[in-house]
Amino acid sequence: MRILTIVKQVPDSNAAVKVLSDGSGIDPAGLKLVCDPFDEFGVELAVQLREKRQDVTEIVALSVGPEKAAEALRVALAMGADSAIHISDPALDTRDELQYAFVVAEAAKKESAPFDLILCGKYNIDMDAGAVGPALAEFLGLPHVGAVTALDVAADGKRFSARRRIEGAEEVVECDLPALLTIEKGLVEPRYPSLPNLMKAKKKPMTVLSAADLPGATDGLAGVEFVSIAPPPPKPECRIIEGEPEKMARELVRLLREEAKVI
Amino acid sequence: MAKDILVFIEQRERRIHPAGFQLLALAVDLAKTTDGEVVACLVGEGVGELVPQVAAHGAKSVYVADDAELRLYRAMPYAAAVAAAIDAADPKILLLPTTFMGRDLAARVAAKKKAALAIDCTEVHLDGNDLVVSKPMYAGKVSATFRLKGDRLQIAAIRSNAYSAREPQAGATAETKSVALQLSDADKRLKINEIVSTSSGVKDVTEADIVVSGGRSLKSEENFKIIYELAEVLEAAVGASRAACDAGYQPHIRQVGLTGKVVTPKLYIACGIDGAIQHLAGMRGSKVIVAINTKKDAPIFKVATYGCVADLFTLVPLLTKEFRRVKTH
Ligand SMILES: Cc1cc2nc3c(=O)[nH]c(=O)nc-3n(C[C@H](O)[C@H](O)[C@H](O)COP(=O)(O)OP(=O)(O)OC[C@H]3O[C@@H](n4cnc5c(N)ncnc54)[C@H](O)[C@@H]3O)c2cc1C
Ligand SMILES: Nc1ncnc2c1ncn2[C@@H]1O[C@H](COP(=O)(O)O)[C@@H](O)[C@H]1O
Repeated sequence: MRILTIVKQVPDSNAAVKVLSDGSGIDPAGLKLVCDPFDEFGVELAVQLREKRQDVTEIVALSVGPEKAAEALRVALAMGADSAIHISDPALDTRDELQYAFVVAEAAKKESAPFDLILCGKYNIDMDAGAVGPALAEFLGLPHVGAVTALDVAADGKRFSARRRIEGAEEVVECDLPALLTIEKGLVEPRYPSLPNLMKAKKKPMTVLSAADLPGATDGLAGVEFVSIAPPPPKPECRIIEGEPEKMARELVRLLREEAKVI
Repeated sequence: MAKDILVFIEQRERRIHPAGFQLLALAVDLAKTTDGEVVACLVGEGVGELVPQVAAHGAKSVYVADDAELRLYRAMPYAAAVAAAIDAADPKILLLPTTFMGRDLAARVAAKKKAALAIDCTEVHLDGNDLVVSKPMYAGKVSATFRLKGDRLQIAAIRSNAYSAREPQAGATAETKSVALQLSDADKRLKINEIVSTSSGVKDVTEADIVVSGGRSLKSEENFKIIYELAEVLEAAVGASRAACDAGYQPHIRQVGLTGKVVTPKLYIACGIDGAIQHLAGMRGSKVIVAINTKKDAPIFKVATYGCVADLFTLVPLLTKEFRRVKTH
């Protein structure tokens, strides 16, 4: 079983994100970047599958992003991936999730052997969209299961059953491999890459690809243009409601009904 | 030149997700600009009966894909059905809700149709032929604007409650057009064996118009009773901070935030929640936010519409009483 895990480097969730004054992007100065926590779930799952099974032959981590994004791949390698593919080319670096998925699909198709299992996070914490997994599955003609909370791969490695989260419920599904899964929080707890493993990760193979290696990847898909970025529309200042608790309760209920009109 | 607006109407068990009506209201406005019509698409089994509801909210024709294979949502058959509806309707824009189903489908259909795609949009408008969309990025810390090119199909998944539904028009009708569906075996690889409710009869946070959430300060599962009582009078869902879930006061399915669920209800009441950046990521898009916290400089007040610097153990029961009182008057 060959497993591909997609990882993306994103700003740390604790980091304050500063918008550049011209709206062209966010200020990279001092911004702490990490491997997306949802993607780490995918890497962890791959490594746990190998620990439990005999048939996992290779775990490949893949990322699209600038040179610095290699750090996210090093995390994946330190957690236990065997090799990494880094697609590093400004021509392929995009905020368009469909384009992003297309580039990954082109790279996956270029591999000598197909992947049996592709793992992504439920979504990435930068775009919050969750389109990469399903779009990648579509480009590769694979089924996908989104927001997986439990997984059981059959002993023969040909089928799996999974639970996935939907609004207010979980679906129990069954499907053939190859397939793509996007991972929800709670399925696995990512291990902390230890220092020795981080050192070892530096020796693991990392292939760097550019647009020239993926001739199909820039084909006419770019239907989305980035325009600008801005701080979120300002919220009006919070109105503090004064008084004794009884009065406060009455006043809040009145405001919610008469001013905000949400009740 | 395509100019119609196609709306995907999400339904489960023949119940239309409320976002569908919000999308139709938006579609009516967009269609005025494109000089096109509002058309809708219903996918499922026996969903033809929902057409009048869709018509009442402005759709002039409804493409219905009705098939036993479509009884439960599965990404591949549904994407095939929506793609077939697109082939038949030739719309300029496809709108979907930002739900588990909508995100999934939007991505699959966009990949099939080589469309321009944006998910979780909070504002959309036409600029010439292009669809300009705003959407939160970095967990709501910024808002980004993208231009979906008008030379191809444009697909936008819209955040719940970003637009308001209109009053239904009694007697409005729509033409039903059936969608011929051809599913391959490959489309049917995934089987759904069971759907297990995790909300045990209680509304899920992602589905409710009102969410009442509690934090670590509740101190026990038992104490959450006052949160549930307030939620009950408001017909609201109950949410919780991660600290409250990690402490075992509430199950993780109720967690709101970066690693929990993202909610955008009309009203979010945060009781004893500090307002950590990861919690805000899950609820700052709510229309009206009420914060109840003893600490007057708690960060939750920075995003709140109304703030009460008060002990939740005193105030929450009083609120429940007051809501109950005005409800019965
Ligand atoms: C990668 C990552 C992901 C995370 N994801 C999430 C997430 O998805 N969701 C999430 O919520 N958190 C998340 N967190 C955790 C987050 O950083 C906070 O630790 C958490 O939200 C705190 O929960 P809290 O506000 O309930 O608790 P606390 O920080 O303990 O705050 C309690 C609040 O209650 C107030 N209070 C106490 N007693 C009362 C009273 N009697 N009446 C009124 N107010 C009172 C206090 O003033 C305080 O403001 C994440 C963290 C990380 C690092
Ligand atoms: N009963 C309380 N009243 C007011 N503030 C509290 C209370 N309990 C905790 N806090 C505040 O909540 C935050 C986290 O509290 P804790 O998790 O209890 O350490 C701190 O900022 C405390 O000041």
